[in-house]
Amino acid sequence: MYPHSPQMALAGLLVAAMAAGCEQDMADQPRYEPLEASDFFANGMASRPLVEGTVARGHLRTDTAFFEGTADGEPVAEFPLSTVAEKLGVEGNESQQLEHVLTRGQQRFDIFCAPCHDRVGSGNGMAVQRGFPAPPSLELTRLREAPVGHFYDVITRGFGRMPSYASQVPPADRWAIVAYVRALQLSQHAAADDLPAEDRDKLPKGDAAP
Amino acid sequence: MPQVFHPSMNTISRVTIFGAVLIVAGLLAVVFTIVRSPYITEVNVVREQPVPFSHQHHVGDVGLDCRYCHTSVEDSSFAGIPPTATCMNCHSQLFADSEMLEPVRESYRTGTPLEWTRVSDVPDFVYFNHSVHVRKGVACVTCHGDVAKMPLMWREHTLFMQWCLDCHWHPEQYVGSPQAVFASGSSGDRQRVAEDLSAVVEVESQTSCYTCHR
Ligand code: HEC
Ligand code: HEC
Ligand code: HEC
Ligand code: HEC
Ligand code: HEC
Ligand code: HEC
Repeated sequence: MYPHSPQMALAGLLVAAMAAGCEQDMADQPRYEPLEASDFFANGMASRPLVEGTVARGHLRTDTAFFEGTADGEPVAEFPLSTVAEKLGVEGNESQQLEHVLTRGQQRFDIFCAPCHDRVGSGNGMAVQRGFPAPPSLELTRLREAPVGHFYDVITRGFGRMPSYASQVPPADRWAIVAYVRALQLSQHAAADDLPAEDRDKLPKGDAAP
Repeated sequence: MPQVFHPSMNTISRVTIFGAVLIVAGLLAVVFTIVRSPYITEVNVVREQPVPFSHQHHVGDVGLDCRYCHTSVEDSSFAGIPPTATCMNCHSQLFADSEMLEPVRESYRTGTPLEWTRVSDVPDFVYFNHSVHVRKGVACVTCHGDVAKMPLMWREHTLFMQWCLDCHWHPEQYVGSPQAVFASGSSGDRQRVAEDLSAVVEVESQTSCYTCHR
């Protein structure tokens, strides 16, 4: 259809101009994306921190053994496998659960701990090679004898110059990491006789177990 | 009746007719080049940042995993930009008096967040979600390029609808093993397991408008 009058042409132009305006509004709508800047709040953040002490419905942390790693003020000694497996959404029997938790723990350890502790826990990660204070080896007798709750506590609250990882690693993952640290400690001190027969055959012959 | 047009008009008319075609084509070409140019697409434009944060150093040299900083990329739509506290995990001790890191320390002291400049951004009328792509084995390199080689961040692809659709039509050609999602290196180097992958994860071709405009 052609415009029959100047008025109509003008109206057409107006609609076109409005459409162009719309496009801008649609591309940047009056809502905040995650982490967007805002000039409404004093520190310029649109994402507001939770008010201290906020508890989301169903998230009250009554299970102190799981969430704090302590029972009666002492670090727990027993690994809360069933709770961890439940939070990680793992099914199956105990050994399947453990296998899944260990795999998860290995992955999380490599992401969050290996930069300093390196992948076997000897304490010579890349950040340490560039000058970060060296952590102790996780193989120390003191640490091999420490209860699991101690490791959970170190991740949650930090230790000396080691920062807290509470904001980066949720509780179930922290426990998975603890399980993996235990596995690392075992792996460095295992006797050849502890291995199943088919794995023992893979060991280099003649030498003592590594 | 006298001649209205001089014979030279023949040439002039030809020139104007073909010239007009050329000019229109030329104009179209110019518009097209502008639309596809870095000026509009922002591809390969290096962004100024408050701190010259280098993925090349932290990912390429130090070997940090993406998830150390972009913690929510596996579980939410948004990959997340690390808070200042994450930088201070290391930089409270490392390069603790580096000139370059002063804005980071100041932000940590005052609680005012660092204002990073967005590099990848789709318009608000588009719904994008990282977690589904990561779960299905689309690697970060496929969409963001090899950040381990980027001293400063730039946009590797246009993020236009055409670009999304090129993959959404044939997603099976772009998915890899879940282990390779966070690895760096060109997408060609990545382990392509498309054939036996179909058994592991199912990818569908999702091209209905509602997938991305909801
Ligand atoms: C930024 C470097 C860094 C990272 C990342 C890091 N640590 Fe540490 N860690 C240290 C340092 C340094 C120490 C020694 C602290 C001290 O004695 O002041 C330490 C000490 C420890 C200890 C020994 C505590 C004791 O009783 O002596 C444990 C256990 C530990 N870290 C576990 C972890 C785990 C698990 C992770 C991953 C979630 C992790 N660390 C990540 C630097 C780091
Ligand atoms: C040490 C922390 C850290 C690590 C590890 C890290 N990043 Fe980043 N990333 C950042 C910061 C800070 C920014 C914002 C500054 C910028 O854009 O350069 C960012 C920005 C980005 C952006 C651009 C975001 C935007 O503005 O659109 C992409 C894409 C990205 N990172 C991908 C990755 C990938 C892929 C990996 C893993 C291979 C990775 N990052 C590892 C800290 C990190
Ligand atoms: C796991 C430890 C770690 C984390 C976390 C980390 N960095 Fe670094 N950063 C390093 C190391 C190691 C270097 C030295 C890199 C090199 O020399 O290859 C470095 C170097 C730098 C430099 C160059 C400093 C100079 O004076 O040359 C800047 C700037 C920087 N980091 C910014 C950041 C920012 C911003 C963040 C947070 C998003 C961050 N870093 C998080 C370990 C870290
Ligand atoms: C299918 C393509 C695709 C893949 C795969 C992908 N990204 Fe993105 N990324 C995008 C798009 C598109 C945006 C812009 C999103 C927006 O504007 O909301 C983005 C934005 C980002 C941002 C900026 C913050 C945000 O979430 O908007 C970061 C950081 C980031 N990506 C990191 C990563 C990391 C790390 C990975 C690998 C685990 C990854 N991306 C995988 C397409 C992708
Ligand atoms: C390199 C490949 C690739 C690119 C590029 C890509 N996607 Fe995807 N996308 C996928 C795959 C694979 C899936 C999962 C499909 C399935 O359900 O099996 C997916 C799924 C999605 C979904 C979720 C659909 C649902 O199930 O609800 C959305 C939304 C989406 N993509 C948006 C985008 C947008 C927006 C872009 C462009 C900015 C984009 N994607 C670019 C591969 C890609
Ligand atoms: C895979 C994701 C995806 C699907 C499916 C998709 N779009 Fe888009 N669409 C996008 C993205 C991303 C943009 C923004 C491109 C840009 O940056 O301008 C967009 C932009 C648009 C625009 C605005 C164009 C402009 O110039 O501003 C329209 C209109 C549109 N899409 C219509 C559709 C229709 C109709 C369909 C269904 C046939 C569809 N889209 C399906 C991702 C998608």
